[in-house]
Amino acid sequence: MKTREEIISTVNNFLIEEIEIEADMLKEEALLKDDLGIDSLDFVDIVVIVERNFGFKIKPEDMAKVLTLGQFYDFIENRLNA
Amino acid sequence: MGIYSCIGSNLDEVAQSLQAGRSGIGIDPLRTDYGYRSPLTGIVARPALKGVLDRRLRTNLAEESEYAYMATIEALRNAGIDPDYLAAHEAGIVYGNDSSSKAVIEAHTIALEKHDTQLIGSGSIFQSMNSTVTMGLSTIFKLRGINLTISAACASGSHAIGIGAMLIRNGLQQMVICGGAQEVNYLSMSSFDALGTFSVRVNDPTRASRPFDAHRDGLVPSGGAATVILEDYESAIKRGAPIIAEVAGYGFSSNGGNISQPSDVGSQIAMERALAESGLSVADIDYVNAHATSTPQGDAFEAIALDRLFGSVRPPISSTKSMTGHECWMAGASEIVYSTLMMQRSFVAPNINFETPDEHSAKLNIATKMFEKKIDAYLSNSFGFGGTNSALVVKKL
Repeated sequence: MKTREEIISTVNNFLIEEIEIEADMLKEEALLKDDLGIDSLDFVDIVVIVERNFGFKIKPEDMAKVLTLGQFYDFIENRLNA
Repeated sequence: MGIYSCIGSNLDEVAQSLQAGRSGIGIDPLRTDYGYRSPLTGIVARPALKGVLDRRLRTNLAEESEYAYMATIEALRNAGIDPDYLAAHEAGIVYGNDSSSKAVIEAHTIALEKHDTQLIGSGSIFQSMNSTVTMGLSTIFKLRGINLTISAACASGSHAIGIGAMLIRNGLQQMVICGGAQEVNYLSMSSFDALGTFSVRVNDPTRASRPFDAHRDGLVPSGGAATVILEDYESAIKRGAPIIAEVAGYGFSSNGGNISQPSDVGSQIAMERALAESGLSVADIDYVNAHATSTPQGDAFEAIALDRLFGSVRPPISSTKSMTGHECWMAGASEIVYSTLMMQRSFVAPNINFETPDEHSAKLNIATKMFEKKIDAYLSNSFGFGGTNSALVVKKL
């Protein structure tokens, strides 16, 4: 069981360190694609990083409604607490 | 031109090593653990590109592509080419590379453990292909001309320069970035080690690579990358480029025989073709950079061919592999850079560790020490598995 703060911290950390997104860009309302510039190839790497950090694999169809960073935190929180 | 190798990570460092006869060979303990017969290798430092190159561009680069990036940055800088020039003019790339093993093996290891290819990541496919260097560099430098990898075993880099020159000579390209790259990681050379062709002079690494010496016991694998910028003469003059030399002749041939056995006849045909295209005679060649890798057979066949071709002319000959080890897919390009440095700075680099001639090398004029010499034209040989041969004649302008 991870708290939302722990999830946010882990996600932000890998977005900064591994996807190399500027820390001040990481706001809950930021759009993954248009604001953070995460493209389809970055997403392939995020699948790998999430599996390594949280122990589950994201399926592309699961992400269809995940548009913002806040929704991405929600998605991970829901999966971990399901 | 630009270079990133085990004897230096830029032209000045490499020139100093060539003059000093400094070896770049050492021991890789990972190879011993992995089960190699020989842990000897060229020692090449991985460049730190985080913060230099954008993550997306960097993720697509295999180890050898990183070396090629370093060599190409230096080459473009020396040629006076900046991003604005490349945005306004069409330039191509023809680069030699014939393996990219690490990403392939790592992807297999992940799939074996996870049973899920989606966990391999995005960079693996772009790092796994032989064309990883040309894919990576053409996207980094936004190239819009020919985009082509040459895979021709240990002659890849030489053929790449020859083909690049051919494209320019035929008016198809004004500028082509040419070169060769070679991975050095321990995963990449195990099957080559399996053939028993590597030197096992483990107690004396810097003396292990000894081309033409009677006591040679095999080659030492090595790597890095080398880049030359080839340009149409008129175009180079027009933009005031610092012109170094001309690729005057490219000769090629295939032995038409055994997959690993070299041929004196095949290699001589390539050399003769390169000379014929250059319009020079053997007497005009001031220096020969031999392919000689330090294997008993390969060196002997090349020595026979060189003796037959040059006869009494006997130009100074050295194999820079005595210092660098065998840079394989890169060697044909790096040896153009090494030889051109000698041409620019008027010296002949030594064939270190050549102490005792054998019956064939005794007939050649092999440089055992560095000496000053004006070089107006040189010949550089590259031969590879499958019987592929390439020879280049380069002359001063």
